[in-house]
Amino acid sequence: MAFIQLTDVDLVYGAPNSQKSAQTLAVSSANLSIEHGEFLAIVGPSGCGKSTLLKLIAGLVRPNRGSVTVDGKEVTQPLKTVGMAFQNATLLPWRNVRDNVLLPLEIVEPYRGRHKVDREKNREHAEVLLDKVGLRGFGDRMPWQLSGGMQQRAQLCRALIHEPSILLLDEPFAALDTFTREDLWSVLQDLWSFRKCTIILVTHELREAVYLAQTVHVMCSRPGRILKTSAVDIPRPRTLESTFEPAFVGLVHDLRHHISLGKKH
Amino acid sequence: MNSKSLEKIAPWLATAVLIILWWLCVRLFDIKSYVLPSPLETVQAIYKFRYPLLVHGVSTLISTLIGFLAAVIFGMIIGILVGSSRLLYSAIYPLLVGFNSVPKAALVPIFVIWFGAGTVPAVLTAFMLSFFPIVANVAIAFATIEPELLEVMRSLGASRRDMTFKIGVPRALPYFFASLKISITLAFVGSVIAEIVAGNDGIGNVMLVAASNFNVPLVFAALVVVGLMGVGMYAIFDFFDRRMTNWAVRDGGGLQQSIGG
Repeated sequence: MAFIQLTDVDLVYGAPNSQKSAQTLAVSSANLSIEHGEFLAIVGPSGCGKSTLLKLIAGLVRPNRGSVTVDGKEVTQPLKTVGMAFQNATLLPWRNVRDNVLLPLEIVEPYRGRHKVDREKNREHAEVLLDKVGLRGFGDRMPWQLSGGMQQRAQLCRALIHEPSILLLDEPFAALDTFTREDLWSVLQDLWSFRKCTIILVTHELREAVYLAQTVHVMCSRPGRILKTSAVDIPRPRTLESTFEPAFVGLVHDLRHHISLGKKH
Repeated sequence: MNSKSLEKIAPWLATAVLIILWWLCVRLFDIKSYVLPSPLETVQAIYKFRYPLLVHGVSTLISTLIGFLAAVIFGMIIGILVGSSRLLYSAIYPLLVGFNSVPKAALVPIFVIWFGAGTVPAVLTAFMLSFFPIVANVAIAFATIEPELLEVMRSLGASRRDMTFKIGVPRALPYFFASLKISITLAFVGSVIAEIVAGNDGIGNVMLVAASNFNVPLVFAALVVVGLMGVGMYAIFDFFDRRMTNWAVRDGGGLQQSIGG
């Protein structure tokens, strides 16, 4: 069985006993197998249930039908082994960058009980991560002193500090300008080869999906379902140059085609 | 003189101007000291009655601080509860507004019936006046927590307790300190009112006795003492506010420009 397995998952938003018309089928009959260490992207138009799929895997919502298992166990409550990053950096404005990065260690077991004892070790760990994303020396800054791109870098560090086995990224670069975004693609690729955790990236940017992922799933809306799955065989490390190669462009084209097909239904 | 140091002396300057205007009024219109004493007469009264003013000032300060402390504790607890739960908010908030609309001076006689004249009514009135701003501010802070921040915590598997202490409380601090600064001055108003109506001691009692003896300079001396205590307490909370919540104020100068990249 795969590391993360979704089997015939349905998720309905709206009160369970309300009128059928008041309910929305956010995810319908989703089947997904994700291997350990895989980098997977889910693309699709907004409102197609991409983020909901992430919440299902994280255990933040429970499916109405079907099952979600991680590491062979049914997901029934929020997982402890997950790091999440969102479109907004959501750094706590009263903490400096380093303390923001260290936040999960104050909450997630087994670090929680030890975070005061391991303060020095954790600080070093945070510095290593900050260095990896290009924020060396910014640990003492407050979040508002950082640009949007830097805040997202800090958020990635926060998502990784507790060494989660799964990293869930919900359009983390959507609010950034193109150049910053492309910088962060390579940062994320480096982080993945450094950590080798399972990454699930939700995005509506097709180039981003193809650049980063091994497997791209295309979703369409109403009801949210997975239309198509493509493997990306472009060799790593991928660079901005790769995005102009015919294989890359062809793949992006193909995905775009499937998204337009999904809209016609 | 640069604008920074001008800002520093501005409050002293304004106070000096006020005193000069006061003195000019008394001089120009030849106002008798039993109507409006001059600044000098007021200062003389402070000096002359320094001992009773000190004793009663301390008594007022203690009543005020006890009432204020109770308001802080209960205000924080109820503010957190009301701000965290929509149900409690809709249930309790109208009641709080209703209670707050009752003129507190009108409650003093009731307190006297219940507890007798003396310190207790002063403490209770100080509490009643300073309670509401704290509840309202803390409740607003908790009710307006950005859902994204809570989402981050939820994704880490944080408990409600974690969310309250890691997100709710630090986020509420600027609101909380703002309310403390309002509340402490109101607490003085409360205790002095109670002392005037039904006190055996305290600055309010001094004012009542002085007024009935037509010792108007002493009344003004007492007013000045209350004002100074209020400003002093305000300054203390302002100091802590600046130290603890400077993340919420970005006019630190020099550092506020964001860094590219």
